[in-house]
Amino acid sequence: MTGSLDLSIYVKRHGGQSRMELAVEGVGCAGCIRKIEGGLKKIPGIVDARLNFTNRRLAVEWRDGELDAGDVIDALERIGYHAHPFEPQRAETDEALHARHLMKCLAVAGFAAMNIMLLSVSVWSGGATDMTQETRDFFHWLSALIALPAVGYAGQPFFRSALRAIRARALNMDVPISLGVLLAVGMSIVETAGHAEHAYFDSAVMLLFFLLCGRYLDHAMRRKTRAVAGNLAALKAEVAHRFEGGGEVVTVPVAALIPGDRLLVRPGERVPADGTVISGTSEIDESLVTGETVHRKLTAGATIYAGSVNYSGALTMRVTAAGPGTLLDEVERLLDKAVAGRSRYRRLADRAARLYAPMVHATAALTLTGWLLAGASLHDAVITAIAVLIITCPCALALAIPAVQVVASGALFRTGVILNAGDAIERLAEVDTVVFDKTGTLTLPEPRVANIGVYDPDLLEMAARLAQSSRHPLAAAVAREARERVPYLDAIEEPGQGVRALIDGIEARLGSFAFCGNTCSVALPPETSLIAFRHGDRGAIFAVRQSLRADAVDVAKSLAALGIDVRILSGDRPAAVEPIAAALGIAQWQGGLTPAQKIAAIDALKAAGRRVLMVGDGLNDAPALAAAQVSLSPIVAAHITQAQADAVFLGERLAPVRDALVIARRARRLMQQNLWLAVIYNAIAVPVAIAGHVTPLIAAAAMSGSSVLVTLNALRARGPGGVGPS
Amino acid sequence: MNVLVYLVPMALALGLTGLAAFLWSLRSGQYEDMDGAALRVLSDDDVQR
Repeated sequence: MTGSLDLSIYVKRHGGQSRMELAVEGVGCAGCIRKIEGGLKKIPGIVDARLNFTNRRLAVEWRDGELDAGDVIDALERIGYHAHPFEPQRAETDEALHARHLMKCLAVAGFAAMNIMLLSVSVWSGGATDMTQETRDFFHWLSALIALPAVGYAGQPFFRSALRAIRARALNMDVPISLGVLLAVGMSIVETAGHAEHAYFDSAVMLLFFLLCGRYLDHAMRRKTRAVAGNLAALKAEVAHRFEGGGEVVTVPVAALIPGDRLLVRPGERVPADGTVISGTSEIDESLVTGETVHRKLTAGATIYAGSVNYSGALTMRVTAAGPGTLLDEVERLLDKAVAGRSRYRRLADRAARLYAPMVHATAALTLTGWLLAGASLHDAVITAIAVLIITCPCALALAIPAVQVVASGALFRTGVILNAGDAIERLAEVDTVVFDKTGTLTLPEPRVANIGVYDPDLLEMAARLAQSSRHPLAAAVAREARERVPYLDAIEEPGQGVRALIDGIEARLGSFAFCGNTCSVALPPETSLIAFRHGDRGAIFAVRQSLRADAVDVAKSLAALGIDVRILSGDRPAAVEPIAAALGIAQWQGGLTPAQKIAAIDALKAAGRRVLMVGDGLNDAPALAAAQVSLSPIVAAHITQAQADAVFLGERLAPVRDALVIARRARRLMQQNLWLAVIYNAIAVPVAIAGHVTPLIAAAAMSGSSVLVTLNALRARGPGGVGPS
Repeated sequence: MNVLVYLVPMALALGLTGLAAFLWSLRSGQYEDMDGAALRVLSDDDVQR
């Protein structure tokens, strides 16, 4: 199938060589590296293959003309790995550059801190022995020689951020940090020139080193989650069948589609792009788009949306951009409004900085005037005031929150929640109301057989194995019940009717009622589809419908136990929502909502002072996700929707939603604890500084001590062995 | 204290060598795949290359 796939948009050509990046599935051990790289390098034409085990990506280079991208993927398939071409996002490349810069700053600060400490320890111990003043000055000047370029280089991330904040007439944590570092270095130079006993070069550089460690870890965690999200997007491997000029059909990646392309959508496939039907009639399942579980009948001229599943007949469609009056257009309009109307969340760290920075600067000013009034010399008063600024330089405060964030996003990652937004943890922690979409969120995105228990397991297994030979979505639902993934070899699919095969010498059929000779007289809810099975004189009728996620009831109960108000806002018919709400014990539910009504419902909750977490997957949920305080969506969600969500969760279970709330709350508690630890540190250190007793040794010990303390406390965000298996 | 005349430059030179080595390793992409590096050491089929 991949042989006809046109992947040229992913291939980069350079100097007679082609290069492509792929996301690889199923890489889990050291052997995989050797198998993949060794296997590919044996193929003539391939110049280099390098697997990055950390982000599960493979870079392949080959000589032009000897191979094409499809051959590489086929070769990987033969080796036993499923791979998909991958286009690195711009944001990801920028972040990689930023990470490298942070790492360089960290290296420079580390080098400087170690060498200056070497000199400082000599000076400190020299005070007790017989170090001459000349030697001490020499050591101080040497420290200055190392510290000045090091601070100038390694301090850049902080100075830039502080400058940006000041230009925007705001204060962030980097303002007092930059001020403290610069003053410490400046004062030390003046003091050294005056042959004084104390210089603070060591404190300044060590502070930068600690802070850069925190920054780098924070950044690395975010890059890791982004890489995983990027891989998942690539592994969805969305392709479309496009009619070329001559009428032949070529398989292309969805990313290569442009408005005006004519596409073929076969039964059982997802509609790859928005557009209008040119010819063909079919029924489509639009549950990912509108939440509606009843299939819609289509004829030529109808509008269809990406993400719908084509059920019965082949369709020819034309890709269109969102025109006025379509659902997509309305969703985008609502989305813009919701994004514009959302008040910017003020992070805990920024709020702390707004309180902290003026207080620190006021304390320093008071110290200066206090000492002057008490009759100290101007020099001594200034030195003491600067010592106050140095000792209060918010090392612990600046680490207090990022450290927790790093550990908490690692814990979230292990439970299967991938964060999109940096401040999502803090916003999640405040949530008191969770609003679920029904279709695809509370229920599984793929339909399941609802009446398995009624039939003999052997009969079910037979039907499930037979169903593997069919492309029909209903058959796919039956096939998911198979214990063995072995289809019958001689199975024949009759288009539009079903599949048949000889099992134990008797013909078995799976498909429409007429095809199998079954009858059914039971009245069924409209969202249930039926598929019949016959094997000799034994028959079965499977009811296929969207079923609840296995742990939905547990999660709804435990959310309620956490004191959270759980609600359902669905685009599906009220009659379809009611049984689900009853099963979950959710009293507050609404069905049949348009995207605008969903926003209105969320806004009403927000107006009542609620902090709302919206969990949804459909195109129709996207504006509501943007309007809520914080939002989650399953990994199978529609593109626009996933882009709006603050975090994405993986897998078939709903538990990640609850785990995310539990982890976020714990993380927030630890952030607050850390802030208090920093406050206590200051309450002890500041009086000492005001009294003028802070020597460089005390400053160095106090600052590293407090940083280590908050970092250790942050590690507790991992929780007691995690919240549960992912 | 004359010993400082060569000890101090030596200490600085050693430190700078370490820094330069680190920056070189960063530039040559040795931190791009930390998990892979730990596993690659176990395979020995790249010896003849």
